[in-house]
Amino acid sequence: MLTLYGQELGSRMLLGTARYPSPAILADAVRQAGTEVVTVSLRRETAGGRQGGAFFELIRELGARVLPNTAGCYSVSEAVLTAKMAREVFGTSWIKLEVIGHHDTLQPDVFGLVEAARILAGEGFEVFPYTTDDLVVAERLVEAGCKVLMPWCAPIGSAMGPQNIAALRSMRAHFPDVPLIVDAGIGRPSHATTVMELGYDAVLLNTAVAGAGNPALMAAAFAKAIEAGRAAFEAGMLEPRDMAVPSTPVIGKAVFS
Amino acid sequence: MRLIVNGEEQDVFAATLSELLAQLDFEGDWLATAVNGELVHRTDRANHRLNDRDRIEILSPMKGG
Repeated sequence: MLTLYGQELGSRMLLGTARYPSPAILADAVRQAGTEVVTVSLRRETAGGRQGGAFFELIRELGARVLPNTAGCYSVSEAVLTAKMAREVFGTSWIKLEVIGHHDTLQPDVFGLVEAARILAGEGFEVFPYTTDDLVVAERLVEAGCKVLMPWCAPIGSAMGPQNIAALRSMRAHFPDVPLIVDAGIGRPSHATTVMELGYDAVLLNTAVAGAGNPALMAAAFAKAIEAGRAAFEAGMLEPRDMAVPSTPVIGKAVFS
Repeated sequence: MRLIVNGEEQDVFAATLSELLAQLDFEGDWLATAVNGELVHRTDRANHRLNDRDRIEILSPMKGG
């Protein structure tokens, strides 16, 4: 069981709601995956509130817990205000905190991130920071009040998969008691399995599912991959070695010559 | 009164934020509002008086990742 800010969750797969071919396909993907947490955002409304209302109704029907984000925010003040507006709309103190620092890579501005996290934690928010795999930043985020960390494994939407396994492993070792969720950069189920085998607690996905030929089937594939990786971590895996080790016992082997 | 609503300048006669939402035909309990960079709770909209050149943001739920 995964516990995030006191909430117990059966699924270790968090799913974004953007870029699906249709609302029905999004709903199908959420159901197929058994996802219990979905990410949503806030945007300027142009249709008198009706467009957002229709989307909100769809999200309510899914029955999943909402994790609003501050996507697209490039400053601390923007991110803090967006978080407050998200709490007003969604009635949750959870916030996926993004403070973007670079247009091309969508890399977090880690300095702004720590500052915004401190402000929001002080105002009662339960912050899920989208961060890099940098340990020092992670420590600052924990000091700022974050009880969950969400390091990227590659740039958002890149589908490159884990680019720095050593850094992810090191973060796991440094924060044995902090739930760690890989957010951003996962492209295929095997990437998700890899990070779960490292002992990560969950994976947050969007484009890898929404952009698949069959998003619902891909969502189901990811759910299995994440479960497999988690089970493998819990079961304890062999460490690789240089030389062969016979798996069949040598004792009692017949001698024919 | 000239206001900047979601980045666009508009001439409106609304005295309060809730009057503005009604005049612009906004509806729904899922809207979030901010004036000049500060959140205005839905319960405070009726009492929030607007001033010329105020910057209003009206946001609603949208897909996101």
